[in-house]
Formats: sequence, C-alpha cells, structure tokens
Amino acid sequence: MTGARARELLFGSWRGRISLSVLGLFIFIAIFGGALAPDDPYASSLETLEPPSSEHWLGTTEQGSDVLSQLLVGARVSIVVGFAAAIISAVIGAAVGLASGYFGGWTDRILDGIDNWFLVIPTLPLMIVLSALLSPSLGVLILVIGITSWAGTGRIVRSHVLTLRERPFVERAQALGASHWHILKTHIFPNALPLIFANTVLIIAIAILSESALAFLGLGDPTNISWGTMLQNAFSSGAPSAEAWWYVIPPGLCITLLVLSVAMIGYQFEEYVNPRLLEQHEA
Amino acid sequence: MNTRWLIGKVGAAALTLVFVLIFNFFLFRAIGDPTEQLVRLPQSTPEEIAELRAEYGLDKPLLSQFADYVGDTFTGELGISQRTREPVWDEIKRAIPWTLLLVGVGTLIATILGAWMGVKAATKRGTRTDDGLLSFNLFTYAAPEYWIGIILILVFAVAIPIFPAGQQVTPGVEFSSWFAEAADVLDHLVLPVTAMTFLLLGQYFLIMRSSMVEVLTEDFVTVKRATGLPWNRVVSKHAVPNALLPLVTIAAIQFGAVAGGAVTIEALFSWPGLGELSYDAIGDKDFPILQGTFLVFSFAVIFANLIADCLYFALDPRVQAK
Repeated sequence: MTGARARELLFGSWRGRISLSVLGLFIFIAIFGGALAPDDPYASSLETLEPPSSEHWLGTTEQGSDVLSQLLVGARVSIVVGFAAAIISAVIGAAVGLASGYFGGWTDRILDGIDNWFLVIPTLPLMIVLSALLSPSLGVLILVIGITSWAGTGRIVRSHVLTLRERPFVERAQALGASHWHILKTHIFPNALPLIFANTVLIIAIAILSESALAFLGLGDPTNISWGTMLQNAFSSGAPSAEAWWYVIPPGLCITLLVLSVAMIGYQFEEYVNPRLLEQHEA
Repeated sequence: MNTRWLIGKVGAAALTLVFVLIFNFFLFRAIGDPTEQLVRLPQSTPEEIAELRAEYGLDKPLLSQFADYVGDTFTGELGISQRTREPVWDEIKRAIPWTLLLVGVGTLIATILGAWMGVKAATKRGTRTDDGLLSFNLFTYAAPEYWIGIILILVFAVAIPIFPAGQQVTPGVEFSSWFAEAADVLDHLVLPVTAMTFLLLGQYFLIMRSSMVEVLTEDFVTVKRATGLPWNRVVSKHAVPNALLPLVTIAAIQFGAVAGGAVTIEALFSWPGLGELSYDAIGDKDFPILQGTFLVFSFAVIFANLIADCLYFALDPRVQAK
C-alpha cells in the first residue's frame, strides 16, 4: 500500500488531492466537532426555524437549536458508523472469500451459497427489518450495516484467491508441506490485501449512505445527532414547507461531499489494485 | 439448445427462495419471543398470552410451525397487520401497483437519460462536456436520494408550488373521467419519479459511458468509419445499440432491488407503495407487515434475476451453445 503508484494516484490527480483534503477535514470535524461548535447542539430556544444570521450562521432548527453546531457534532456518527461498519464488512468478506477460494469443495459450496444469498437479499429492507427488531443504537447500526454489506467483497476476494491458489509460490509452499494456516497467512492474505482494502474504502461510502437512510427512516441512534437524523427532524417538523433551506441543505450536502470524497479515493485504489482499469480509462 | 442451463437457473432461483423463506421464518422468531411483539399491553395475564400463542400457532413444535408458515405463504396467508387489523396480503396487493408505477417510470427515465448523457460524454471524451457530465452524475450518485427529494419538495412544491408534495391523488376529489384521475396521478408522480431518477441516473450514466468508450475502440467501428459512413451515423446506428446492452441488462436485473431501495422516497412523498407500507410498519413495530414486505422485496429481486437470465438465454446465442 506504500507503493509509489498508489501515492501517485492519490496525490497526482486533482480529484485525489481534493478527495483526501475533504475526507481529512471531515475526520478533523468528527474528532473536534464538539469543541468547534459555537453552541450547545441540543439546547432548545424560542428562536425556531430562524434563517441564517450573525448569531446563528446556518440558522436554527425547529427546536431553536443551532444548525451549524448540530452539523459539526453530526459528523462523528457518519464517520464512526461508516468506518466501523466497513471494517466489520471487510473482516467477514475477507474471511468468507479466503476460506471459500482456498479450501474449495464443500466449504466453497456452502460459503459461496451464503455469499450468493446475501448478494440477492435486498439490502435496505434487510437493514430495516434487522434494526426494527433490535432497538436502534450506534452499535446496532454498525452491526446491521456491517453484516449486510460484505457479500461483494467476499465474491471478489474468492475469485482472486482462486487464481492465487494456482500460482507457483503457493504450490511450492504446499509441496514443502506448509500448513494451510501458514500459506493463508504468508502467501494468500498479503496478496489479497490491496483488493480487500480498495473494496473496503468503497464500502465506507455505502455504509455512510446506509446510516443516513436508516436515520431518515427513524431507525438511527436516538441519543446521537447525525446528518441523517437532522434531515429526519427537518422533514418531520415541516422545514420544507417553511422553506427552511438552511436546515435542509447543509446536512445532505455534507453527506454527499463525504461520500463523494471516500468513493473517489476508493476508485483510485481500485485502479492501483487493478491496473487494467486504468488502461481502460486512459484508452 | 442448452435447456439444462435454463433449468439450472430456475433451480437456483427456487433454492434461493427456500432460503429466503427459512430466513424470514427464523429471523422474526430468533430475535425476541414473537408474543412479546404481539402483546402490546404489558399488563396482559399469562392466560391471555397463552391464548395468543395458541391463536398464532406458537405453542406447536418449531418444525410444524415452519411447515404452516410455508403453506400459508404460498396460499397468500401472511398474517394480520397489527396496526390496521387487515390481512397483510391485502395491504401488500394494494401497494404493489404503486411501487411498480414509481420504480418502472423512474427506471425508464433514468435509463433513457443515462444512456443519452453517457453517449454524449463518451463521444466527447476528455472535453469540458465530458467533465461536466461526469461531475454532475458523480454528485447525484453520492447524494442521498431522499435529500434530493426534500429539495425538490422545497423548490417545486413550496417555493414555486407547481407540483403536489405528496400522496398519489388529490384527496376528496370526485373525478369526472378516468382521464382526469390519471392526469391527477401523473401530476403527483412527477416529484417522486424525479427523485427516483436521481437515485439511478449516476450509476446508469457511468455504465453507459464506459460501455460506449469500450465499443468505440472496437474494430467494427473503425471499419464502418473507413467505409465512409458519417461519424454521427456510425455512433447512432452501430455503436449505441451495442453499448446499450450492458445498461439494459443491469437495469433489468436491478429492477427488483430498486423496489427495496425506494423505501425512503416513498416514505418522503407518502407514496402508497410497499416502501411506505414498510415505513409505517417501522414506527408501529408492525412485524407481520415488515415480514410480508421483506418477503415481497426478496421475491422481486429473485424474480428479476431470473427474468434477466431468461432474456440472456433468448438473446445471446453464446449462452445457448455453451
């Protein structure tokens, strides 16, 4: 991952540089958002749905809270859920893909069947059902998004491992009597890692969008403000009919920019992992 | 003719359906005792709970419960909604046409627009037009569809009130003809379908663009050009039809999945489809409805996949020869 090509792809293009800066900014806000917020994001006041002013740069919510403060605090949930869910998804996807591709036979048939099934199941309805059955919290959100989004990674890792297994260095290790665990750990996994990583970055983007959609449907973590819950509050309190654009536009724009920057970084890594893609794009 | 291939596909679809039924059955029993979900008043007596368990067949062994469940599902007995006390299947039957209308029209518009923009970008690759189209579509790709929907409401239903902000018909109006009613439905369809289009457009554009870029490098395009055919005709008569195939296939395969992804849009516009039915069920913890809609969403995906496979079989001679 420290290859010069990866660095060139990320820093060499304006899309890569902008994406990294935007992501860096959002991570900074996610860590220090609470301290940067000019007001208590939860404090209500009588100044409800006020347009932007020198006192409230992005106006106020239906409760009279400061929109900017909520926006700054809300970054944390998006980032935390996005990254944590993507890690869970990467671990399950990598484990299933590695075992399925390496061991073959019945292991492959069963795991691939499960993978297939998760690919087919409609993701958002499954997430809705799971989060409605469990009561909403940050952990439940991460878990639900994580276990519904690994199938693609599993599939890609499996087909990559199938080709790795036939490579001479793996056959050599097998002939020398190395254990499965040793071969997986030292030969297969390190070679599949860039692929897993590129896929995981793209899943972060999907996870952030999923969290916002679930929050909008009322299945978000009720104790934490996120951009999705802000949009849910805005919509259910009638902000669109009050033409409260200052309340509606910023959270959605933040989600879009964050997802866009993560997806861009993901595509750059995909090109690094799969040079054929780059040739295609340059052709 | 390789009918074995087709039989295999149908078999795989049937197997997935069985898995969905098993999963759907156990999911709603594994997480918490279903009677706890059924009993809405916490002060119910043990006798009442036992009676409820008997009513829903929960006192029988798990395997015979599952057999009952599968039998009931295939005869359309999906239970009773806890919220409306109506049969779940009746509610679902009423919602399906509305979801089909929204998803169908949205998919159609997104495919046409995505194809058109994709061709424009691919033929003008590397220019400002390409960059602009790419940036616009990447933005809509990353934007939450319900957020675009809220902005559409704010702009086109509130600030400039030209379209209704929700529901499928104007309530309480007696229509003089079916035509007037259809026009009213169409009026209500505009904003949700626009949001739906934005949900799909970015992806469809990217698929069409890269497919078109690839087709334009193929030999037959060069040959057609060499024959002296004008460039515009090479593109429209020869390159576009070939480049359309992947887009149309993916739009067909995704049709079922898109129905499940439209939940937020239906909830936002109070569009009376399966998505809004699920959304209303979330708040009331109406699990029979959630279980029913989840089953229909899964079935839609499996069915759409199977139809796409059959289309492949009918259209692509290579599959038949294999």
